Amino acid sequence: MRRTLLRGAAALMLSAGLGAAAQAQTAEVKIGVIYPLTGAAASTGAELRQALELAADIVNNGAKGLDMPFAAGGGIPGLKGAKIKLVFADHQGNPQVGATEAERLITQDKVVALVGAYNSNVTATASQVAERYQIPFLNPESSSASLTARGFKWFFRTTPHDDLFVHNAFEFMKELQAKKGIKIAALASFNENTLWGNETTKLQAKLAPEFGYTLAKQLTYPAKSTQLTSEVQTLKAAAPTVVLQSSYLGDAILAMKSYKELGFSPDMILANNAGFTDSEFIRTLGRDAEYVITREVWALDLATRNALIRDVNTLFRSRAKVDFTGNSSRTFTGLMVLADALDRAKSTEPEAIRRALVATNIGAEKLIMPWKGVQFDASGQNTLGRGILVQIVDGKYHTVWPFNMAAQDVVWPMPAWDKRKQLP
Amino acid sequence: MTSAILLQTLASGVLIGLIYALVAVGLTLIFGVMDIVNFAHGEFLMLGMYGAFWMYALFALDPLWTLPITTLGLFVFGAALYRGVIQRIIGAPMLSQVFTTFGLMILLRGVAQFLWKPDFRMIDHSSVSGHVLLGGVQLGLPQVVAGAGAVLTTAAVWLFLTRTQAGAALEATAADREAAQLMGIDSQRMFTLAWGLGAACAGVAGALLATFFPIFPEVGANFVLIAFVVVNLGGFGSVAGAFWAGILVGVVEVMGGLLLGPQFKTALVLALFLAVLVWRPQGLLGKA
Repeated sequence: MRRTLLRGAAALMLSAGLGAAAQAQTAEVKIGVIYPLTGAAASTGAELRQALELAADIVNNGAKGLDMPFAAGGGIPGLKGAKIKLVFADHQGNPQVGATEAERLITQDKVVALVGAYNSNVTATASQVAERYQIPFLNPESSSASLTARGFKWFFRTTPHDDLFVHNAFEFMKELQAKKGIKIAALASFNENTLWGNETTKLQAKLAPEFGYTLAKQLTYPAKSTQLTSEVQTLKAAAPTVVLQSSYLGDAILAMKSYKELGFSPDMILANNAGFTDSEFIRTLGRDAEYVITREVWALDLATRNALIRDVNTLFRSRAKVDFTGNSSRTFTGLMVLADALDRAKSTEPEAIRRALVATNIGAEKLIMPWKGVQFDASGQNTLGRGILVQIVDGKYHTVWPFNMAAQDVVWPMPAWDKRKQLP
Repeated sequence: MTSAILLQTLASGVLIGLIYALVAVGLTLIFGVMDIVNFAHGEFLMLGMYGAFWMYALFALDPLWTLPITTLGLFVFGAALYRGVIQRIIGAPMLSQVFTTFGLMILLRGVAQFLWKPDFRMIDHSSVSGHVLLGGVQLGLPQVVAGAGAVLTTAAVWLFLTRTQAGAALEATAADREAAQLMGIDSQRMFTLAWGLGAACAGVAGALLATFFPIFPEVGANFVLIAFVVVNLGGFGSVAGAFWAGILVGVVEVMGGLLLGPQFKTALVLALFLAVLVWRPQGLLGKA
């Protein structure tokens, strides 16, 4: 016992002082991943799982011709070639389950770090558990701003958060007005009522007057609705130029159907990712998904200018049979950022990993994201992330903003439902 | 707020209410006859929707044309489920019954997710699409057809129960199982019939819903909670009660959402439910 303690202490001192781990050979490094594998967000969860497995596969077995870190394969060099072993847990979209699963992964499976959890409210509870056990929690894709406002020491987020995304949306509207010489009269915010939707609503209410817009209507609705008739009628009565909407997949589909049914067509639907960027959204709605603009962190047409994005997407496609989405590409990137930290930590001690994460400095050229890079501030937030806006035209997402990265021009206004091209 | 919007919203409320009613009729039928709460009822609805979807996706058959097949399929499924599973727990404590149907719910969802993936599906070109205009009120044609189908089905169930001998036997079993048995009514057959009919109602609702609602393994959860409220509100075991309560719930939900704000729509339905429980615990049309 004493000997183990001594050895542990020595390892700690060494890793702290010399940056070299004196640990025994680590054949594999266990990373706990918590995602909604069943439940309402299960189809997204399945996609994220594929992204994580691809990232682990690249690190463990390599990918020929890929110009990115770890593409040579053979595990994590800094850990003597230890292979990444993903231990999956299903949180079912339920915050309590998320917390329990995080605890189980830490105490039973002895994972060295956690990655998760898509739904912001589950990330909140699961990361709380990680904080208590002092295990690093890397969050690749939950965008609720409050997550990095909790003063956590062990929480790291690679994606830009809602403050920035919502801010992006307002910047876009301002620039669009100038570019097209149009006037956006009134906005309506239409958000689902879990943590994410409520945070977004608050922020939109704050930003609208700052940018000189009137928020004509502010609506929240329960995500598991069987109908959204009253919501859409209320929106229709408020007659906004632009609807700012945050929805998960099921309710995003239901909302679009209700817009069409009740003949509600604002000039622009400016959506807030999630359901609107799930690959099922267009497949399910077909032409009724046209002209929606949504914030994204990633778009397939970025690949036309970036070979790395194209190559990694090809790998993903051959595995998952779908292209990357903003969600899956971020989750992929999250695990890669963690692998980078593990490599530099040269140890699987939580504190060493945490310190390596703090020191993260990844350049834009090593990422498949349109970011300036990855660097964490004191709150654990990546400060170099940024969003893009995409519009659905002819069944595909096209980057329309920032205007200098745009693949095509914004279609404005959105044609009314009865004025649209009919299918043959 | 113009009267056109109010009228439009009222109509939408009635239409979704009719679907709630049809789902609840199946639930109340099973409960009324054998006092077992079927937690897997939402999954029957889900199976009905998938049945319609697959016949559409694989053979390009319209959900409305395949409605009889879906209905029959669910009838057989419900009856078989009774024979295979439920029959064994008739005399069991209530808790075992609750867990059995609850377990069925989880199992059916899991199987659906395993077989058909958690993806959202949609029937995009059903024979009914577009709108109808009724006195300034614009209604989705699929919803109108679904509403009409729900009315017809509920009426048929009601007629069956009140006008046919088999229906009378079912009602007799519901009223007093042992007395009915003494009169020569085979209660096992009646129970099988109740499960078949209950599932068939969910099947019809599923096929009708499939013309305009996204289809996914968890879809039943969205409807079944409301169906429970409707069953309570209408009176456990009362088909007519479930029908009117379904419409009431739909209208309260939609109109309340419009007038007081959508954030209150579910709260209003549950408040109405509580009020009825206090004022008339047996439900609107239930027997005390």
